[in-house]
Amino acid sequence: MGVDKTQNRKKKTALVYGVNFLLTALLFLLFTVLISSGSLSRLQSNLVILVCINVLMAVSLNLVTGVLGQLVLGHAGFMLVGAYTAALFTKSSGLPLEVALPIGLLLAGLVAAVFSVVIGIPALRLRGDYLAIITLGFGEIIRVVANNLDFIGGAQGLSGIPSPDKLTLFLYSSVLVILAVFLMFTFGRSRHGRAVISIREDEIAAESSGVNTTYYKLMAFVLAAFLAGIAGGLYAHHVGMVDPSKYDFNRSVEFLIMVVLGGMGSITGSIISATVLTILPQMLTDFDRYRMLIYSIILIVVMLFRPTGLLGRYEISVTGLAGKLRDRIKGRSRKKEEV
Amino acid sequence: MPLLETKDLGISFGGLQAVDNVYLTIEEKEIVGLIGPNGAGKTTVFNLLTGVYTPTKGAIRFEGSSIIGKKPYQINRLGIARTFQNIRLFKNMTVLDNIKVAMSQNMKYSTLSAILRLPSYWREEKETTEKAMKLLSLFEMEDAADQMASNMPYGRQRKLEILRSLASDPKLLLLDEPAAGMNPTETHELMETIRRIRDIFGVAVLLIEHDMSLVMGVCERIYVLDYGTLIASGTPDEIRSNDKVIKAYLGG
Repeated sequence: MGVDKTQNRKKKTALVYGVNFLLTALLFLLFTVLISSGSLSRLQSNLVILVCINVLMAVSLNLVTGVLGQLVLGHAGFMLVGAYTAALFTKSSGLPLEVALPIGLLLAGLVAAVFSVVIGIPALRLRGDYLAIITLGFGEIIRVVANNLDFIGGAQGLSGIPSPDKLTLFLYSSVLVILAVFLMFTFGRSRHGRAVISIREDEIAAESSGVNTTYYKLMAFVLAAFLAGIAGGLYAHHVGMVDPSKYDFNRSVEFLIMVVLGGMGSITGSIISATVLTILPQMLTDFDRYRMLIYSIILIVVMLFRPTGLLGRYEISVTGLAGKLRDRIKGRSRKKEEV
Repeated sequence: MPLLETKDLGISFGGLQAVDNVYLTIEEKEIVGLIGPNGAGKTTVFNLLTGVYTPTKGAIRFEGSSIIGKKPYQINRLGIARTFQNIRLFKNMTVLDNIKVAMSQNMKYSTLSAILRLPSYWREEKETTEKAMKLLSLFEMEDAADQMASNMPYGRQRKLEILRSLASDPKLLLLDEPAAGMNPTETHELMETIRRIRDIFGVAVLLIEHDMSLVMGVCERIYVLDYGTLIASGTPDEIRSNDKVIKAYLGG
């Protein structure tokens, strides 16, 4: 029976991989065709790219806030660091954009990661919510510093960033999102991911089970900052300029809301809520003015009635849904037989 | 050389000397009890031994070398594992994953091979799962492997915590009130289990317990703590007839 079970499990894993791969590829191809054929308007293509960037931000923040269980209040700060790094590189390197962009994005991630190591080491050695405080400070400080550094444009920001065409941008951002989501899933189901989750569940027990808590906390935090830096680089090339006031505390809170609404620790939840919360303000023009107000109200309601977020820690899986449906149909027919 | 040896161990929190002058020795494969009235400092001794607190005086030697100043995870890797008085499981993880967390120090694959799912990932995950299932079978808990730890009944949660501490291959197991909340039949069963664990894994056990039938039944030697200092040590029979111990427990 044991052998049967493992074989079943293996088959199931293969099926899940296959189905997910197929669906991702289909979705990817669909949007590629839509954008390249011009079926989507400029505005709509922009929106698709923005969705990708925000999903990248939400998913990476979820790694720290949802999976590791540490609050981060300055995720936009890492985005800002990434945006400046990538923009400065592509502007000044003199390389053609096709070469400069990937290098710039990688640099953006790395520089953001370096920042996260510097602020993460003191905060994460301690038990408690120090990361929230220190990232809150970091997010504000980095913005104010950028505002006052003249060689990167000061308060006017950096403009004239070379922007690739929409299709290229879409390809970059969608491939990066797919990679990031894949990374989240595989990381979460490895020994490293289990160590990170165990810290969320009970830090003292994790430590006395042999988990080097500081190391794994830092690992999750740096990984998240790396992805946020890349997202910032993408965003800078998407809008063609970097305006430091765009990366303020409100922006960080917006990403946090995406994570909390979708469900702390649920990657699919983050994807869904990031998508909805990016598209919604664009669809309702008047909504934008009241956005933060409505977000706060939604957040209060969710905290009251579903404190774990809409999906909690569950992951939506197509194969899982199909399986449930099949079981239900089977159950129904069985009931009929009994009657 | 004893497995664990403390000399003049003590800790003070500000002006309060919580534990003082504690001499313990534990030989390999020995089952030793640590008893004492409420607030005597038993759990504090555990926290000192596992690195949660750093002692303000004295020495702790494990297998001959000092472990003072080491972090809890380092001490765990050296071979001291523990359970907690109020169960501390990873509640929203499956029973299997609870065990696998404690086993991860024996896994070698890198972050990169985890993310890219290289063969080493699959191989080691499979080996570890098999090992974890074997461990679960010890308490007939294989059927619960995919359940969330929080969904299990109390007795099974206690057992899972013991299994998790065994998963890190310890040489010394510290059990903090393993029988708390158990009825006499379960306590008796636990007594057998502790002996079985010792015989199968070859670990030494130091246990804190209030249930005297358990302590007297299973321990080969007993230390008695009162107001942070040792007042007696010896075999169960010696402890039972020790005047100081009776006084500490019954007053007078």
